[in-house]
Order: sequence, then C-alpha cells, then structure tokens
Amino acid sequence: MKEPRLYGIMAEFATATDLIAAAEKSRSAGYRRMDAYTPYPIEQVWEAIGHHRSRVPLLVLIGGIIGCVGGYGLQYWVSAVEYPLDIGGRPYNSWPAFIPVTFECTILVAGLFAVIGMLALNGLPTPHHPVFNVPRFALASRDRYFLCIERRDRKFDRAGVRAFLEGLGPTEVWDVED
Amino acid sequence: MTPDLPARSAQAPIIGPGHTSATVTDQISAVVLMKTPRWWFFAFGVSFLLVMMLMYALAYLFTKGVGIFGVNVPVGWGWDITNFVWWIGIGHAGTLISAILLLLRQDWRNSINRFAEAMTLFAVACAGIYPLIHLGRPWVFYWLFPYPNSMGIWPQFRSPLVWDVFAVSTYATISMLFWFVGLIPDLATLRDRTTNKMGRIVYGILAMGWRGSAKHWHNYEAAYLMLAGLATPLVVSVHSVVSFDFASGIIPGWHTTIFPPYFVAGAIYSGFAMVLTLAIPLRALFKLEDFITDRHLQNMAKVMLATGLIVAYGYAMEIFMAWYSGNRFEEFMVKNRMLGPYMFQYWSLIACNILIPQLLWLKKVRSSAPILFVIAIVVNVGMWLERYVIIVTSLHRDFLPSSWGMYSGTVWDKVTFLGTIGLFLSLMFLFIRFLPVISIFEMRAILPEAKKLADEAEEEGA
Repeated sequence: MKEPRLYGIMAEFATATDLIAAAEKSRSAGYRRMDAYTPYPIEQVWEAIGHHRSRVPLLVLIGGIIGCVGGYGLQYWVSAVEYPLDIGGRPYNSWPAFIPVTFECTILVAGLFAVIGMLALNGLPTPHHPVFNVPRFALASRDRYFLCIERRDRKFDRAGVRAFLEGLGPTEVWDVED
Repeated sequence: MTPDLPARSAQAPIIGPGHTSATVTDQISAVVLMKTPRWWFFAFGVSFLLVMMLMYALAYLFTKGVGIFGVNVPVGWGWDITNFVWWIGIGHAGTLISAILLLLRQDWRNSINRFAEAMTLFAVACAGIYPLIHLGRPWVFYWLFPYPNSMGIWPQFRSPLVWDVFAVSTYATISMLFWFVGLIPDLATLRDRTTNKMGRIVYGILAMGWRGSAKHWHNYEAAYLMLAGLATPLVVSVHSVVSFDFASGIIPGWHTTIFPPYFVAGAIYSGFAMVLTLAIPLRALFKLEDFITDRHLQNMAKVMLATGLIVAYGYAMEIFMAWYSGNRFEEFMVKNRMLGPYMFQYWSLIACNILIPQLLWLKKVRSSAPILFVIAIVVNVGMWLERYVIIVTSLHRDFLPSSWGMYSGTVWDKVTFLGTIGLFLSLMFLFIRFLPVISIFEMRAILPEAKKLADEAEEEGA
C-alpha cells in the first residue's frame, strides 16, 4: 500500500493559555505555515500566528459602494430615462425620494459581500480537510485546542517538528495524513 | 470560592456556576441530539394544524378574492395590515439583540440571540404573507420588483409602498444571513457530536467544512461585526419605512413626523415581549436556566419598560399635537379614538401597553418568570391593538362625514391571523428541534477563562 502523504503534525492542548504559549513559541522558532484550531475565537492565537488584517471590511466597503451606486442608478434610470412620469411637476430625478431604496440596496449588497467574502476568504465550503483525519479533532468544536504545523513550511522536517511540538506541553501529538 | 471576585460579579452572573466549554457544548447540543420528547410531537402537531388552516384560508382567499376580508371603503386596510405591522415589529427585537447589543458589548445577549434571530426570521416570514395576499391579484405580486417586462412599465420609486418592498426584502435577506453565519460554528459542533449518519451528512453540508481555525475565526469575527454594523441602521430603517406607508398619507392620525421613531420603539417593545413569551417556556422545557438566567429576563424586562415608556410618549405626543396643531380633523381623530365606537380597543391598548407594564418598575415583578410571561403576553396583545387602532380609527372617519363607515374583521381575517401564528410556532418548533437554540460558541466565549483572555487582548489593544 502507498504510504499516505503527510499534511502536517498536530498537537492537542487542554487550555487556551497553553495553546497561545505554544503558538508564540512556534512562531519564534521560525515556523510560519501553521494554523490553530479553537472552539471559540481567541484574538491572541491569531496574533501569535502572526497574520495580516482581515480583508472582509474592504470587501464590505466595495459591496456597499456597488449597492449604493447601483440602487440609485436603477431608480434614476427608471424614473428619469426609461419610464419618466410627471407627478405634479416634480423633477424626474427626485433624489430625496430615492434615498430609502438606495440605502436598502447599499445594506443588501454590503451584507452579501460580507458573508460571501468571509466564506471565500476562508476557502469555504470545503467538504473535506486533512485535519479531520485526526479522530480527536472532533473536540476542536468542544473544549480542546489544536496547533498544526504544516508540511509546506520551509523549516518542516518530520522528526524535528514532532520533537518540537512535544516539548510545548501538549496532551498528545499526531501525524496528520493528507 | 475565590475571595477576589472582580467588581462586575456584583451583578448576578449571566451563566450558571461550574460550567466549562465542555458542559456548555454538551448541554446545548443535547437539546438537539436527544430523542424527540413526546410533547414536541404534540406541540408541533397542533401548530401544524393551524398551518393547514392557513393554507385553507389562503386557498379560499385566492378563489374568492379579498372580499372575504372585512375591508371595504372607507377602511381599505384592516386585520391584514395590522398583522403585517405586528409581525414585522416583533422581528425587530431579534435584530436588536443580535446586532445592536453585540456592538454595545452586552455579553448577556449571547444566550438569547440565536432564538431571537430565529424569531425575527419567522416573524418576517409571517409578515411577508400579508402585503401579498391583500393585493387584489396576489399572483402578480412580483410586479412590485423592478424587472424588465413585456408591459414596458416600472415601479414608482417615489412611493413608500415600493420602499417597503425593498426594506422588507433586504431585512429578510440580511436577517437570514446573520442567522446562518451565526450558526456555522455550531453546525460544525453538531456535525462533530451527532452519532446519526443522516445528521452528520446534513450538518456537515450546512457547516461547509468549518474547522475553527484561527484564520477562519479571524475573518468570521470581522464579517460578523460588519453584519451587525449593517443590521443596526437597517432595523431602524425597516420600521421607519413601514411607518412612512402611513405617515406619507394625509389621513388624520397618520400624517405625522413622530411616526418613524414611535414605530421603531413600538417594534422593539413588542419584539422583546415576544422574546420573553418564547424564552420563559423554552428555558423551563429544556432546563436551560443556567444559560437563560433570571438576570436575562430582568434585563429584557427593563428594555421593555424603557421602550414602553417611549411608546407612551408617542401616544402622549399624538394627543398633544392634535390640540397644538389646531387642526380640526386631528382633534376629531383623537376624540373619536378615545370616545368613538372603537374606544374599547383604544383603552384596552392603553391598559396593555402603558398601565400594566408599569408593574415592571418593581423588582419583584421583574424577577418572577410567570408574571413576566403574563405581562409579555399582555404587551403582545396591546401592540396588536395599537396597530389596529391606528389603522382603523384613522380610516373609518376621515374628513367628510358622508364617507364615514365602520369596520370589523371577518372570520377569515381571524382564521388567517391564527394561521400565521401557527406558521410561526411550527417554524419555531422545527428550529428548536433541529438547531441549537442557544449559540454554543458564543457561550464558550463568555466563560470565565475565555473572558479573561478577551479582556487581556482588549487591554493590549487599547
């Protein structure tokens, strides 16, 4: 049988504090390609792993601008160009009356961008992922904290990473098969 | 236990003592994963019968036309629009709890936001039925949307009724997104917990492969906050636009600038009443007192008291302006409300919305779940009556006595309303059976250990 490829090496921690300490140490040891898995968001973990700001807010801004311009544009085009109706001599482009719909369109498109953008940036939906091969990983959605150093890390070598993670005080360490 | 409790603990805790991430997860997911209790079949069965009744009423309406309702000239809006405004108002508390209280960092909201959001969604679904079915030709309701059509016509964007279409459909969409995004991590929890193959597949698909990685959480929190920031002005705009449906008409009692804020406060008022109506039985049935504590009920009671007072101010201003404006029609409208043929409804609404809720000033009342439950029901009734009085008393006697008339709902009005209550309850029962009623991951985040980390992160950031 073919030897399964390795995705990375994963350590399990009992507390968030242990995980934060471990993530910080891994970073200072020079590991970059790693991810932590926690039952709830922990800001320190993200900081320890050392990543950039989220791009979701920028996407929301873009969505909001598209919705705003699109919403107003639609009303302008309908009311002043395609289907002008003279209502008591009021201007075709009666902008104050167009504000509510412009606002709603802004919120709608911005909200869609927030959700779809978040899913896209997170690479979801992903029906399967190597980390699920570790049976204990089901506890990442309960009360356990995991740190996985991935094979694509430049400094990765199987024995070295395993020994390193074991030195961080985990409850257990596993190979994650790809 | 610990001698140096922080000052914050002077208040009653928002989560029962001794809970850990594991117990919170297990207890809340057990509500979904346990065998279906027998009462559920009974409760769902009864609600579903009401849905069947709604289907029957709608089928009859579509074959016969809106003539089966009591509406006629001069009262063209009756139970249908009353119910629309009532349902959509109820939805507002869900958004307030999930979005505004999130932005204000009111942690106690974490145990009630999930089902409050579900309530919003189902209430909006019930609300959405009414404007459609009260059309003369409901099968062409989609003409309300701007789309290229062979008739070459377009909606009138200067009309608040078109604004309403946009406001309500945006509200429904954003509420759904907010609710679903909130559910993703919990769906992953259920996927990992369930022993049922079908459950694993369905929850697995819905969770979309969520694995709680630091990168996931980072984008997730950003998106969640953004959605909250978007939903906050949205919720204010929705009921404002609903109030424009009235305020931009020239009917006495409708044509007033206080309508938007007064409607928004009323919406939140009725919504919190509905949250309490649902939360009190829910926590008793599923033994969730550790998560939906007495402090939650008290806080909600306080919000109800505050918004109820704003509503009372609105009523007072209506009366004051009727006198101060010197407008004879406005003055007549107020007198007619108080002493005319609908005085019973008017004074009942004052009793339900203003007088009885004053009991909430008493701490004893706020800390008794059964009394709160009764008051919440009273407010639900009062807010329904409010919309009924605003709509019917203004329309039935407007300017010319020769065009006055009387209105009362027919049996079909009542059956349809009861039917939407059945629809709401059916959806609610399905929700509490198949999805976690309390947001599990947000409960983990307010446990002492997580709270400490979050506070440290905040201090560093500051």
